[in-house]
Amino acid sequence: MLPYVIFMAIFVVLPLLLILVYAFQDGEGHFTFEYISKFFSDKDSLSTFAVSLEVAIENTFFCILIGYPAAWILANKKYNRSTVTIILFILPMWINALIRTLATAELFSMIEIPLGKGTLLYGMAYDYLPFMIYPIYNILNRMDPSYAEAAEDLGANQWQVFWKVTVPLSMPGVLSGVMMVFMPTVSTFAISEFLTNNKIKLFGTIIQENINSSTWNYGAALSLIMLIIIGITTLLSNSKEEQTEGGLI
Amino acid sequence: MMKKFFAKAYIYILLLLLYAPLIFIAVCSFTEAKVLGNWTGFSTRLYANLFSNAVEGGNSLIAAIYNTLIIALVAASVSTLFGTFAAIGIHNMHGARKRAVQFMNSIPMVNPDVITGVSLFLLFIFLHFTQGYASVTLAHITFCIPYVVLSVLPKLTQMNPNIYEAALDLGATPRQAFWKVMVPELRPGMISGFILAFTMSLDDFAVTFFTRGTIGLETLSTYIYTDARKGGLTPELRPLMTIIFVIILILLLITNIRQMRAARRAAVR
Amino acid sequence: MTDNDVIIKIEHLSKSYGDKVVLNDINLDIKRGEFVTLLGPSGCGKTTTLRLIAGFNKADSGTIMMDGKDITDVPPYCRPLNTVFQRYALFPHLDVYDNVAFGLKLNKMPENEIRMKVKRVLKMVSMTDYEDRDVNSLSGGQQQRVAIARALVNQPKVLLLDEPLAALDLKMRKDMQIELKEMHQKLGITFIYVTHDQEEALTLSDRIVVMDEGKIQQIGTPTDIYNEPVNSFVADFIGESNILNGVMIEDRKVAFMYHEFECVDEGFGSNVPVDVVIRPEDIYIMSRTDNAQMTGVVKSCTFKGVHYEMFVETETGYELMIQDYNAYEIGSTVGLIIKPQDIQVMKKEHVCNAYEGVMKGSDHVEFLGSEFECLPCGFTDGDKVRVEVDFRKVDLMDDKEDGTTTGTVVSILYKGNHYYIKVKTECGEDIFAHTQDVWDKFDMVGIKILPQDIRIKPLAKDE
Repeated sequence: MLPYVIFMAIFVVLPLLLILVYAFQDGEGHFTFEYISKFFSDKDSLSTFAVSLEVAIENTFFCILIGYPAAWILANKKYNRSTVTIILFILPMWINALIRTLATAELFSMIEIPLGKGTLLYGMAYDYLPFMIYPIYNILNRMDPSYAEAAEDLGANQWQVFWKVTVPLSMPGVLSGVMMVFMPTVSTFAISEFLTNNKIKLFGTIIQENINSSTWNYGAALSLIMLIIIGITTLLSNSKEEQTEGGLI
Repeated sequence: MMKKFFAKAYIYILLLLLYAPLIFIAVCSFTEAKVLGNWTGFSTRLYANLFSNAVEGGNSLIAAIYNTLIIALVAASVSTLFGTFAAIGIHNMHGARKRAVQFMNSIPMVNPDVITGVSLFLLFIFLHFTQGYASVTLAHITFCIPYVVLSVLPKLTQMNPNIYEAALDLGATPRQAFWKVMVPELRPGMISGFILAFTMSLDDFAVTFFTRGTIGLETLSTYIYTDARKGGLTPELRPLMTIIFVIILILLLITNIRQMRAARRAAVR
Repeated sequence: MTDNDVIIKIEHLSKSYGDKVVLNDINLDIKRGEFVTLLGPSGCGKTTTLRLIAGFNKADSGTIMMDGKDITDVPPYCRPLNTVFQRYALFPHLDVYDNVAFGLKLNKMPENEIRMKVKRVLKMVSMTDYEDRDVNSLSGGQQQRVAIARALVNQPKVLLLDEPLAALDLKMRKDMQIELKEMHQKLGITFIYVTHDQEEALTLSDRIVVMDEGKIQQIGTPTDIYNEPVNSFVADFIGESNILNGVMIEDRKVAFMYHEFECVDEGFGSNVPVDVVIRPEDIYIMSRTDNAQMTGVVKSCTFKGVHYEMFVETETGYELMIQDYNAYEIGSTVGLIIKPQDIQVMKKEHVCNAYEGVMKGSDHVEFLGSEFECLPCGFTDGDKVRVEVDFRKVDLMDDKEDGTTTGTVVSILYKGNHYYIKVKTECGEDIFAHTQDVWDKFDMVGIKILPQDIRIKPLAKDE
């Protein structure tokens, strides 16, 4: 047990602390607010940040819009009885996102659709849709059918059953879906490059550029800001989220 | 009836859109055209090239495949071993300490790849650790362990807590009890954990990208990334992606069928 | 009993988990070949005692001797005893044969000898044809038989059984009880059995050890325990009973329900408060009232298969449970007689709540972890005092905010015309209350005591 705790402390906790340390340090190791304030005064960084948030929110929204009905149909015994269909939906999750994105981009260029915001959103939704469908499906599938029956028994029609019972009970699934879609979208870097031909830069990309061009401290400062965003989202959804049991495979 | 038709149609259209790019790649892997999307007649030459090392641009693709596999194998094995012991430890903990360790365990899973990558990059800089094979493998072990822990933990909770004691009671030493009773019980969880860790490692791009250093170490994903940025994919990547896709399909079906069988057996009981 | 008869000797055994004391100075001798049952409600320490004997847990203090040898620190795999677990704990990855052979194989016994022994023990538990079966495909009863076989095949000197029948249905449980009893007689080895089911304990055991709150309450044969419970806990836990407050007036004379009764008990002294136990089948009920000791009105009457169970309210306002072969009409007046030998008198453990407290100023006293207002009584700030509160004066309230301190109801005893309730306070000490209100176990209550009801005395010399 102890070796595990030590390992995790060195490779998980310490690195996160280092982000904090480097974010407030200049090249010589002195304490500074320079990099944090640089972010808030730099128009480019701020607009990239705004675009990233916007894309992530839009993508999460689309994924719920498309994914919820899909998960509902898949979990409904009337429409779908086979587990193979759901496996087919989660299968792409295991294929390198880079490969899938490249293939999508190539497909777009073949049918001559110009790369831009539209293709970015399509590609993102395409990449992350399974992550939304799976947790919702999981919770709907395990939901005790007697809830719906009880509601019908008390006089609710199918529409009311759906909105007043099914949807509220499946919220934990939607929340973990939001976590699994929002977080990677807000931090992704390579995908946007391929899907927009470098026209739209996302927050992940500027972190990567700064790390690669050896301006680590600024990179760390940007990472810290992203960590804070992630911390907030986690806290917001964790207050309600129920631990989804079992792994994906 | 109409409802059922629309429901099915919706699912199939989504599946079609989901698989279109993958099918597109798979189809294009059977032609020789340099540019993706052109069809110059059926051919298996790209497959032949891939397996005979005759890839344009030298052996770097083969090296990348080799690196990816080695790293995934080492990372998955180490994290399976480590993660199993960790899961047993966590299972036997109580209260605040247990919650604290479980929280720590969940960090790498919740953190986006970029953050994990950057933070580990800073760690290796901080420790003056030369980045290369070792750093990438360590990084992969870091994000793989939590998945192994999460695969083994449910097996521990399902397990009758008296089983280990029963073995001791019948005269087994703690070591014998562990190997003869615990390991057989945990094996399914360890196997799913290993497979999970292996695919996570195979799949990883961001963490590898930040921790591979400057020695020119390429795994498959970083290779694809550089390759794509140079403009146009090496044609041999198409058969490779197709093969990976098929392998993952088979792995997933195997584990799911195993699970379904186990569930059915439990239901019969 | 000579020392040679004793196979397991437990001395001053104690065990705590954190702040919670699970076992408090247990002393117990178990004879060779005996069927001993540890009986008590959940959390009484019976399973912990068994696990300490098996070696799965370590005692904080005390010793366990087996055959004259100290085995307190011997690991479980070196102890010559085997356990049957509550949920069987069969190894799911092994079939029936391999489960049973597990211990023998570890001992490197020759294969043919193992085969012989496994076959023999499976025959004994009537599982002969199940050797190759997957243990998960067996029913609960069959799994239990395999678990017993797996323990017995190693020829232990002592067999430990931890609620082995708890997971079985009623019919199966009754059958297995008979089989276990037969098995015990045939094998002649010592059985230590843990259960919370008093009927099971009475049926199976040579001796019963009744436990509560980590302490042994009474040790005795089933008849002793049933007929002569030593305190109200044992009386209430074993069988049905009417437990009432009484006063021992003198030898062979006890008063309760505002009535004097003859009894057979002596040696309590005169005018001493006692608990009185009368089993419901020991109260004679009749429609004539002229010869009766008391009269009462039938409040309810329920048929229980062999007998009727009635609740009768006496003229003095007590409610008694009575079992009789005849039914009496609800609302009718009946006469009651209790014979001297059916009255069981027991010493009271507590007469009032007593604590050590510290004065806070002249009119406040701190005890039970809180500060209570009291009447000035000549003590000054910081004085250590003895605080006494009558059971009747402890007020339990629904709203926790209304009390000076709070606690959880841990036990309830009906005493004919009031409830005797034990509350564990926040600070871990117990307070007892007499009340007419109905509470449930684990209810959270506020505790209030009026200033004039707190008696403050100087500390006794030995405290």
